[in-house]
Amino acid sequence: MRPMFLSLLALALLALVSMFAGVISLLTGEVGVAEAWDLFRDSRWPRTAAVILTGASLAVAGQIMQLIARNRFVEPMTAGTGQSAALGVLLVAVFLPGAGIGEKMLLASTAALAGSLGFFAIVRRLPPMQPLLVPLVGLVYGGVIGAGVTYAAYQADMLQYLDIWMNGEFSGTMRGRYELLWIAGLAAAASYLIADQLSILGLGEDVSLNLGLKYHHVVMAGLVVISVVTGLTVVTVGMIPFVGLVVPNIVSRISGDNLRRSLPITAISGAVLVLVADLLGRLIIHPFEVPVGTILGVVGAVIFLWLMYGKGRWVA
Amino acid sequence: MAKDVGLHNRLFILAAVLAGLCLAYLTLGAHGDWGFILMFRGQKLVALLVVSAAISVSTIMFQTITGNRILTPSIMGFDALFLLLVSVLVFVLGGQGFNMLDPRLMMALTVGLLCIASVLLFGTLLRTSESDVMRMILAGVVLAVMFRSLTAFVQRMIDPNEYAVVQASSYARFSQADTDLIGIAGVLCSLALAATWKMRSRLDVLALGKVAATSLGEDHLRGQRIALLLISVLVSVSTALVGPVAFFGLLVASLTYLVLPTHRHAVLLPGAALVAGIVLIGGQLLMERVMHLTTPLSVVVEFAGGLVFLFLLLRSFK
Repeated sequence: MRPMFLSLLALALLALVSMFAGVISLLTGEVGVAEAWDLFRDSRWPRTAAVILTGASLAVAGQIMQLIARNRFVEPMTAGTGQSAALGVLLVAVFLPGAGIGEKMLLASTAALAGSLGFFAIVRRLPPMQPLLVPLVGLVYGGVIGAGVTYAAYQADMLQYLDIWMNGEFSGTMRGRYELLWIAGLAAAASYLIADQLSILGLGEDVSLNLGLKYHHVVMAGLVVISVVTGLTVVTVGMIPFVGLVVPNIVSRISGDNLRRSLPITAISGAVLVLVADLLGRLIIHPFEVPVGTILGVVGAVIFLWLMYGKGRWVA
Repeated sequence: MAKDVGLHNRLFILAAVLAGLCLAYLTLGAHGDWGFILMFRGQKLVALLVVSAAISVSTIMFQTITGNRILTPSIMGFDALFLLLVSVLVFVLGGQGFNMLDPRLMMALTVGLLCIASVLLFGTLLRTSESDVMRMILAGVVLAVMFRSLTAFVQRMIDPNEYAVVQASSYARFSQADTDLIGIAGVLCSLALAATWKMRSRLDVLALGKVAATSLGEDHLRGQRIALLLISVLVSVSTALVGPVAFFGLLVASLTYLVLPTHRHAVLLPGAALVAGIVLIGGQLLMERVMHLTTPLSVVVEFAGGLVFLFLLLRSFK
């Protein structure tokens, strides 16, 4: 229980810092109590909640994707799912300009699902003896879809919007503009109900079937969670790389691979990582901001390289 | 020898096709003052030729020293590193200082920095993972992601007014090559190409791998380092002129191996340059003049090249 306790403590502290970090100080009496309360309700709390929900659900989605792929180096945002979601949003923006948030959400998630199905169709054909080939194919697959998205955006003269979806940031998060993320959070939380089944997925199709698991149903359920989380994250904050990759790896080193025990820790640690990155982004060039996607692109890549080359690495 | 004659004939055919395309590029659909048109298009044409030679030769050389026909310098993050260096220089010097500097001096400075950085970084990477190509490629791809994020980060730190200076160089644009730099880029590129041509036989030996190359009396490490230096110069030239292109080199190198089935660099190097010129200038002609498309060629090339990469990757493990 210690890792659980520690990560919760870190999360609580960081959340507190996040609520009070901003251009206007809430503590020095710069603004009145009523105004401070408005600011808190409309901006500070939504932002903190959005960051926590995003981090937690992305980490969970990454964990599920790694179990389905049976490879520790994949995650939705860098393996084509995120890019497909962006393609979905782009298509909605071009063909259904008046579409409501519901349609956007649905199409982004559907596109994300199609993208991940495509990825797993390729991964199935890869030789099992080349574990590093899977993330590599994922990165290129994501890059090819990304090029397709850029092409479509260029044709539709929407390149400037594309940047919003392709690079995640929380600076625009306000009351009324982030609530979709609760659905992503719920989807991620729901996956805890099938935590045992998901753990078994990691043993592979044959063993799973042998143990009496409805393998394909569980895979599909996992893919739906991944797609909903990715789709909603891209629609509301944009793509955030590497969270789903590094968090499950580090958590599994400490807490093992039994999801019933480790999944809550994964979720909390994901939230902590994104909170730290968001705070860094807000503080480095205060009062301006660096997008959280950029910060995590650097930090996440460093951790990824450490996982690949560091001591006690996973893939020999 | 009969096969060699066949290969040389193919080289001549490629050269003839390229010459025809160049002529078409200069003259097709031209109205008005010929002096101006030839000047204007001539500059662009030279830029495109320089870029295609630089990208194709650097890719072939990189594939030779890594003993792998899937890798390209830009997949491993060379051009991302170049853009990062440019951004850092703008950040350190400030936009004004950057603009006051002679662009040629600037170019020389970034090329020098890239040479040092790439030999340190990629030289180490190549040595530590000699036996494990997959790990090396993945590390390179992740490094490229990191360089791109770092570039975005440095760009955020830069004053918005100064940001425009960097922004211009972050997208690939074949149709608006930066003609100010043509002079220095041409010189650098010619020097690097000449040096590459001079070591063509050494490249043949290096392609055999470390053990065979060493037993043939070739200092493998030294050869690899020199090749990395030349690649850095060539990548800097092409990135400065048209911006980053991830998969163009791969597309062209794969085509070259198809058209010229040989391992001899005396044929491969000029062949690759010719094929690259044909793809780039032919593609540009097709997109701009014939089909009047507004889509940048770079996007199409990226898409096609990415598919080629996936195909090669999947096929190599069949």
